[in-house]
Amino acid sequence: MATVTLWIGTRKGAFALRSDAQRRRWTLSGPQFLGHTIHHIVQDPRRPRTLLMAAKTGHLGPTVYRSDNGGQRWQEAAAPPMFRRAAAGEPARAVERVFWLTPGHAQQPGVWYAGTSPAGLFRSEDGGAHWAPVAGFNDHAMFPQWASGARTPDGELLHSILVDPRDPAHLYLAISIGGVFESTDGGRDWAPLNEGIEADFLPDPNVAFGHDPHCVALHPLAPDRLYQQNHCGIYRLDRPARRWHRIGRAMPAKIGDIGFPIVLHPRDPDTAWVLPMDGTTVWPRTSVGGRPAVYQTSNGGKSWQRRDRGLPRAHAWLTVLRQAMCSDSQARPGLYFGTTGGEIWASTRGGEHWRCLAARLPEIYAVSAALR
Amino acid sequence: MACTVHLGSPLRQYTGGAATVSANGATLDEILTDLDRRFPGMRFRMIDEQQRIRSHIRIFIGTDAAQDLQRAVAPRQSVHLLCALSGG
Repeated sequence: MATVTLWIGTRKGAFALRSDAQRRRWTLSGPQFLGHTIHHIVQDPRRPRTLLMAAKTGHLGPTVYRSDNGGQRWQEAAAPPMFRRAAAGEPARAVERVFWLTPGHAQQPGVWYAGTSPAGLFRSEDGGAHWAPVAGFNDHAMFPQWASGARTPDGELLHSILVDPRDPAHLYLAISIGGVFESTDGGRDWAPLNEGIEADFLPDPNVAFGHDPHCVALHPLAPDRLYQQNHCGIYRLDRPARRWHRIGRAMPAKIGDIGFPIVLHPRDPDTAWVLPMDGTTVWPRTSVGGRPAVYQTSNGGKSWQRRDRGLPRAHAWLTVLRQAMCSDSQARPGLYFGTTGGEIWASTRGGEHWRCLAARLPEIYAVSAALR
Repeated sequence: MACTVHLGSPLRQYTGGAATVSANGATLDEILTDLDRRFPGMRFRMIDEQQRIRSHIRIFIGTDAAQDLQRAVAPRQSVHLLCALSGG
């Protein structure tokens, strides 16, 4: 059985939790890049010793670091993601944060994608050393409407860049706020894919874009199956259909179906996990009632089961951000989440029982699992 | 003619910890380009892709705050590249 490394991106640096083969004992290491804001750390499945990390500091602009030795040493990108120089009269866009990293298709071993705030899509063809804007999206005629630069408190975010494992030219991405978009020609052209998604914060709930996807996931073994945790509920889409269905309607009414992350079982397309948060009134975004729970569906969203054994029973006002929950790919998948209060929680029994692996870390932005 | 550049602590990751380095150039833009040639990546952390000084960077030529990369830098004048941060 392989060991697991959890890479933890926080507001104040990068940490790693390494397991033994049974995932019983975990050893915390770090911080690396103490004081840096780490939005995402992602292992390259094509070259498992390679990792990319999205970073900035409070003072300094955004960049990307690459490691080729499992995170021991890091090399800064020679050309980090940046928009092209604006022509006269154009908005002068500048990347404030690299927010999301996605490895490219297995047939394109050097390719990576990055999503930024404000919304921008970038591509590297040399393993993250040099990045270029994806003009087909960033300069699309509709881009000013799709990504309006909404000044939400944490800024406009481009995330959930998904590559169809059957076709490197088939891509999805999401903008919060903006919606889900699809390309079938390698990023040269894009179209909205938001039919059926609610947008109760807009005057017209039937818009083609302008929605708020929090996290979108594609099942690697059933790539026609997409799940979405949205600002307005949990959805499923089975391509080639274009209409999402709100599977969160089957969640308990007192819990609701609002949250940030959604995590898929690595082999079973019908199994997924969410972590509901309070999306009422002024949107506290904390565990509902101060009682955190993961909810699992094993039938594609027809029903959901509460998974809270081992989690605090009261007065635990946790917030879990969209990159801060993940699974590993072991035979019995481990589930992990990190909180903005600096705790890491784990279940190696499919969510049936939880335990705290680490506490008092800085505010956690991202948790990703890497196998060794 | 070289000038002396004083670096705020967040920038010293690029200079092996050195707080002061020399750089060549007749303008602030040329000084920053020379620094980036010798310490790759440093410029973009301070200057965005639209050639604007980032929000939390302060640059002084002598004792004058600089807002414009085309500001002239006289031989042997000092340049301070400082970082300002608020919050926790």
